[in-house]
Amino acid sequence: MSELRDQLQEIIEGEDVALFMKGTPQMVMCGNSHRALEALRRAGAPVTAVDILPDPRIRQELSDISGWPTIPQVFVRGELIGGADIVEELEQSGELEQTLAEKLGPDYRGAADERVVAVA
Amino acid sequence: MQEAFPGDEVSVEDRTGTGDHFQVTVASERFDGLSLVEQHRLVYDALADPLADGTIHELRISTKGAG
Repeated sequence: MSELRDQLQEIIEGEDVALFMKGTPQMVMCGNSHRALEALRRAGAPVTAVDILPDPRIRQELSDISGWPTIPQVFVRGELIGGADIVEELEQSGELEQTLAEKLGPDYRGAADERVVAVA
Repeated sequence: MQEAFPGDEVSVEDRTGTGDHFQVTVASERFDGLSLVEQHRLVYDALADPLADGTIHELRISTKGAG
């Protein structure tokens, strides 16, 4: 297994909420990544963002791991929640907050600040 | 899409008029009992080729069961 793959796996499994996106929360480079980020923010999710743009291998390895072909991808405690469409849909129905509370505990809001992790 | 979801309610909208940004909406019995992730995976499977070769630049998906 490659080092990059290990790194990605570690983020997926180790972070409460991992958002793989184009760009960073400070400089979003894609409308769908923006939609996913905003939905997660509205739900109060403690987002750890990973920019997939610096190296095309990041996206390749990530999709190999998840079996999901597009970006963004959102994971909560290792489980793929979906892309922008699903995350938005779940946020609107209230299910996203429900899932976060179930997996992270009822006090997940404000438990951690939004942050960015770089992979190389 | 019609081949993958025969007899189902399938609509494909070209969102930007440029033939590469699509909104796909499907209502199918195949989705009954599946999670949203599983439902979207079926749509991705049906569109694997145009996704892989870049014909589809952006895809928005909306799915629901038939029930």
